[in-house]
Amino acid sequence: MTITFLIPSYLRTHTSGRSAVELSTSVTTVAETLTALWLEFPALRDRVLDEQGNVRQHVNIFVGDENIRDTGGLATPVRDDCEIMIVPNITGG
Amino acid sequence: MGTSTFARPKVGSAMLMVGTMKGVFLLGADPARKRWQVSGPHFPGHVVYSLAYDGRAGRHRIWAASFHYAFGTNLYTSDNFGNTWSKPEAALVKFPEDTGAALKQIWQITPGPASQPNTIYCGVEPAALFVSRDAGTSWSLVRALWDHPHRPKWNPGNGGMCMHTVLPHPTDPKRMMTAVSAAGVYRTEDGGATWTANNKGLRADFQPEKYPEFGQCVHKVDRHPARPEQFYLQNHGGLYRSDDSGVSWKDIGKGVPSDFGFAMVAHPHDPDTAYIFPLEQEMRCGPDGKVRVYRTKNAGRSWEPLTKGLPQKGAYETVLRDGMAADSLRPAGIYFGTRSGKLYASANDGNSWQLIADGLPAITCVKAAVVGEPRTARPAARRVAVKRAPAKKAALRARPKK
Repeated sequence: MTITFLIPSYLRTHTSGRSAVELSTSVTTVAETLTALWLEFPALRDRVLDEQGNVRQHVNIFVGDENIRDTGGLATPVRDDCEIMIVPNITGG
Repeated sequence: MGTSTFARPKVGSAMLMVGTMKGVFLLGADPARKRWQVSGPHFPGHVVYSLAYDGRAGRHRIWAASFHYAFGTNLYTSDNFGNTWSKPEAALVKFPEDTGAALKQIWQITPGPASQPNTIYCGVEPAALFVSRDAGTSWSLVRALWDHPHRPKWNPGNGGMCMHTVLPHPTDPKRMMTAVSAAGVYRTEDGGATWTANNKGLRADFQPEKYPEFGQCVHKVDRHPARPEQFYLQNHGGLYRSDDSGVSWKDIGKGVPSDFGFAMVAHPHDPDTAYIFPLEQEMRCGPDGKVRVYRTKNAGRSWEPLTKGLPQKGAYETVLRDGMAADSLRPAGIYFGTRSGKLYASANDGNSWQLIADGLPAITCVKAAVVGEPRTARPAARRVAVKRAPAKKAALRARPKK
């Protein structure tokens, strides 16, 4: 199974500048997919999740077009060839 | 990470570290402090509430706690005055899993006493104390304070549930004072194994019981290393001094236009001298549109406004709790930064002031250092009677015991 992560510009210093990271994996949930991503790029972990393992308040993770906050959080299932986008909330000021 | 840098400052020169809502600015000057070089912004776009300089053990290390609104808080260091910064892979300060807590903000970075050159502390939000014994490589939660039976009853102030003041004793590593908004002063005398609330005499205007055991909204505390049992405290309404290591507090708020404010800075050489920036309580600006630092030279018995060089009309400025600092040169440099991004400096104990930077983002903290100087170099003096002596005699008392 192939999963593609889309990395926001702020975090690309931790992915050697890559905006997209493709992983070949057999996992089934977003949580497991993220764990595989941390193995490749460990500095991403504490920037996306807090120390309790929760997605940071102002970080959104989309599987396809769906925000995982609406689809089961980190337990959201993933399928082959899906894109997972990590994106910070928009902000003002 | 910075967009400009300045030449490596010489030992003995002055350095200012300015945290803002959108990054860090570093300023350097020779000991005369007439012209300042500026570098920055470092960490552009990040909120920085706390900075520190660690000159112990031959280091020239700047610490910065940088908060990104989405991707969290981390600690960074620079050993070359901001030319480059560390790139930590993982978050250095983390709550243990069993606490259920997650770090929001680091409010204070405080190097330990000179006798413990590898000890450094962080006061954080949610209110807790972390310590590193290996010069910042690894950090651990101070459990006894986290597990204090009062903690579940602490309430956040508007700024958050934060530990904003960490004051290690200058010579006794077992003793330390901390302050939390809105919980009050907590002190240990056994190296952090036990903590006691020390808020006797501190007012809590915002609740039915005006003098509770804890729950006060202490804004800032400072001490002079040569008289370590004496503290000055700016409360959420009220100015106080303790002469007994915080066991009790006396009101010293007579003679100021408002006893509300955030900042409190002890003079680096004279334990009887301290500085505040009074604020009108509702608007949180200097009263009457005037920018005035107030100074006491007699441990709070009277206060005088310091206005030379500061705007006295139509200037509605706010100075936050870490927005004022003193260096240890002679005469002392006193500095403050405002939420409108103005940075003022005095190179003569506050007698006159100069605007040294303008147009910065809102300033959250100002820290002053003398390059190469350990943060706590002065030895403890004998216990001093409450009755104050003239400044010259006070200086004599600060000599080390033989």
